[in-house]
Amino acid sequence: MSELLLNMEGVEKYFPGVHALKKCCFDLRKGEVHALVGENGAGKSTLMKVLTGIFIPESGQITLESKCVNFKSPRQAQLAGISIVHQELNLMNHLTAAQNIFIGRESDGLFLNEKSINDKTLELFKKLNIKLDPEEKVGNLSVSHQQMIEIAKAISYDAKIIIFDEPTATLTDVEIEELFKIMNELKSQGVGMVYISHRMDEIKKISDRVTVLRDGEYIGTEDSAKVKIDDIIHMMVGRITYEEHKKISDNKEKPPVVLKVENMSSKDVNNVSFELHKGEILGFAGLIGAGRTELARLIFGADKKTTGEIYLDGKKVNVKSPHDAVRLGIGYLSEDRKRYGLSLGMSVANNIVMPNLDEYITAGIISEKKIKKIASEYVDKINIKTPSVGQLVKNLSGGNQQKVIIAKWLLKNSDILIFDEPTRGIDVGAKSEIYKIINKLAKSGKSIIIISSELPELLRMSDRVLVMCEGTHTATLELDQINQNTIMKYATQH
Amino acid sequence: MLKSIRNSGTHKMLAFAALIVIYIFFAIAGNNFTSVSTTLNILASSYYVGFLALGVTFVIITGGIDLSIGAVMMCSALVGGQLYRNVGLPIWAVLIAMIAFGTLIGWVNGLLVTKLKLPPFIATLGMMMVSLGLGSIITGTSTKNFPTILEPDGWFSRVFFRTESGFPMGVVYLIIFFIFTFIILNKTKIGRYIYAIGSNEEAVRLSGIKVNVWKGLAFVISGFAAGLGSIFYAATYTVIIPNTGNGIELQAIAAVVIGGTSLSGGKGSLTGTMIGVFIMSILKNGLISMNLPAPFQTFFTGIVVLGAVLIDVYRNKKANKVKKLS
Ligand SMILES: Nc1ncnc2c1ncn2[C@@H]1O[C@H](COP(=O)(O)OP(=O)(O)OP(=O)(O)O)[C@@H](O)[C@H]1O
Ligand SMILES: [Mg+2]
Repeated sequence: MSELLLNMEGVEKYFPGVHALKKCCFDLRKGEVHALVGENGAGKSTLMKVLTGIFIPESGQITLESKCVNFKSPRQAQLAGISIVHQELNLMNHLTAAQNIFIGRESDGLFLNEKSINDKTLELFKKLNIKLDPEEKVGNLSVSHQQMIEIAKAISYDAKIIIFDEPTATLTDVEIEELFKIMNELKSQGVGMVYISHRMDEIKKISDRVTVLRDGEYIGTEDSAKVKIDDIIHMMVGRITYEEHKKISDNKEKPPVVLKVENMSSKDVNNVSFELHKGEILGFAGLIGAGRTELARLIFGADKKTTGEIYLDGKKVNVKSPHDAVRLGIGYLSEDRKRYGLSLGMSVANNIVMPNLDEYITAGIISEKKIKKIASEYVDKINIKTPSVGQLVKNLSGGNQQKVIIAKWLLKNSDILIFDEPTRGIDVGAKSEIYKIINKLAKSGKSIIIISSELPELLRMSDRVLVMCEGTHTATLELDQINQNTIMKYATQH
Repeated sequence: MLKSIRNSGTHKMLAFAALIVIYIFFAIAGNNFTSVSTTLNILASSYYVGFLALGVTFVIITGGIDLSIGAVMMCSALVGGQLYRNVGLPIWAVLIAMIAFGTLIGWVNGLLVTKLKLPPFIATLGMMMVSLGLGSIITGTSTKNFPTILEPDGWFSRVFFRTESGFPMGVVYLIIFFIFTFIILNKTKIGRYIYAIGSNEEAVRLSGIKVNVWKGLAFVISGFAAGLGSIFYAATYTVIIPNTGNGIELQAIAAVVIGGTSLSGGKGSLTGTMIGVFIMSILKNGLISMNLPAPFQTFFTGIVVLGAVLIDVYRNKKANKVKKLS
């Protein structure tokens, strides 16, 4: 067993109304990947922010290489050799990739040296197999590329400890492979790494040990190679029941078509037609960049289409903007919820009722009481972890922020709901809650489209699956044809 | 590389084209617009606004605003006048004091924003009124005169306003100051952090950088520029009247915006600001040459500001679309 790099003990952290860490402990050895798991709001990010000097704990002891440390700012932690990839992107969109990565380390003197940081960035990119121009403005990059820039930045510090807080939530499979490759390399160099993720398969694959937190408390640490996934989940949340897979119904008659899309095209979507039935869950499968989100955005009126018709209940409609779509009963939960879906500085309650505000206004006055009541109901329904509905959304954990958006659209009560990556960054317990909710919605007659990069999710949820590849619709699979191999075959063929 | 140059360059090119178009328009429509004396006037009326605009560009790129610059410039000129006429300091010492005064107020602005966490709008609005009042209090609301070219110490006017042959000296200093600030903003860490803070302050903080220091420095630079501007204001007008000069800060900010600097931070350039300054003074002198009274100048400046911002918004939208597709 290699030597101890870091030890945290008895860490206490309070936020107003929240006891976020309760006598929490954690340790890290040289050259290991230590996974940190737990439900949304369990305190994983908070513990790591305490370690990196962003939050100051009320009490607790942190020892780094057998020296007692007490970081008061991110800078101090950085100087002590700890770097972190945060759960949220923290990039300066107006600066180039190289300028972002080497911010604070431009040069020794006052004057900049662009060439040297560009060269160093190129070297890093080569190591990580990132095919980008160091001089590209970060704001012009896709989310997954932006995440790779964050990772490159964290690695470039030559730190002793690197923390990855849900790094893979926005990465493509290829990039995840690259990340794991570099993590293994760092491991052999003796770097200690903390890895936070909700994806159990990744934890088995990359980590040496796994520590579980629940409600801010330390639950236990296990050997990743030996422990069973079910046992980890049990430690996290207790038993959970998964939704049954769909049964092929004997009822041959299909319910009526509520949404018909014909010859939909744009820059990224190539002449797609499909039908959505009442009470049906239609999965959109495909690799990243297959055009699924783009297709959804066309239906929702968020982007301009070049050709294509939309029929609702057999009537041709003209969806020119999201406003039209919402009015016609189409809801869309964006995959980039942080950016498009939330008012971070407002309360949970106000976010949930936002699209429906009219219903809570009598004689021009907003009824706070009614808002609180309905918001509380939805907070309970999908189990949003918050001290009260008055809490500001920015103070919730990442996963719970996402649940707020789901609540918002559930309340909006649209007939057609498009879920784009509905469970990204959401813990296993809440995931099955969300599956239950979606199934219940479908049963009550709503029609649902799910876009997901997690195949098991599509396999479990969909009545039918529409497969896309490079903007083209390659297949529509009926319930009895849905399986991993078939989907992958159509997702990669073109 | 090419791409980034093109991206940041278009607005400047547009602004520059607008400058040329406006100039040609007045050359045709105005009386004697291309004459030497009008040209000198164009240059002369850009000095002090130019200094203010260059300085406040730093603050605006951090995503902040400095409303105090106009009042600080006036106040610093009044302080200078008081020191010169009533205290009897030699003029070179007075000039140093004027710059120091502006810098001091800038530093206070910085402290209010970074240490006391006041929003820049409020902090600098407060300091604007403080300086406005201070100028009157110190001088007892009496007018202060700086030496004209024929008086003793007339070298002050020759060096900072016009030489005896009529050469506009202010423009020389403005260009020197432009080069100086350009280097700071584009070639040093200071500039890099100022852009970075405007783009995403939290990210800069998490990168282990002392945000307060650099943000505060932007206000110091803005105050310093206001102090410098007061020298050229004094040299140009020689008579400084308390409680005047309202709205000069808005002229400077308008020039910055016309030059393509975004009020939401992270984006902008000093070259753009310079073009903005000259667009405004061409407009001013052009309308005078058409015998239109001052309110027309304000009116058309407003139109130009709206046009500039509209172009920027529209361009951003287009750029976003391209981004999504590629
Ligand atoms: N700045 C803050 N102010 C108030 N409460 C906060 C703040 N940051 C976190 N919390 C609360 O602390 C608790 C732990 O949050 P944390 O972000 O550590 O969860 P997490 O385990 O990272 O969850 P997730 O998987 O959703 O990212 C949550 O209840 C959250 O609401
Ligand atoms: Mg978290």
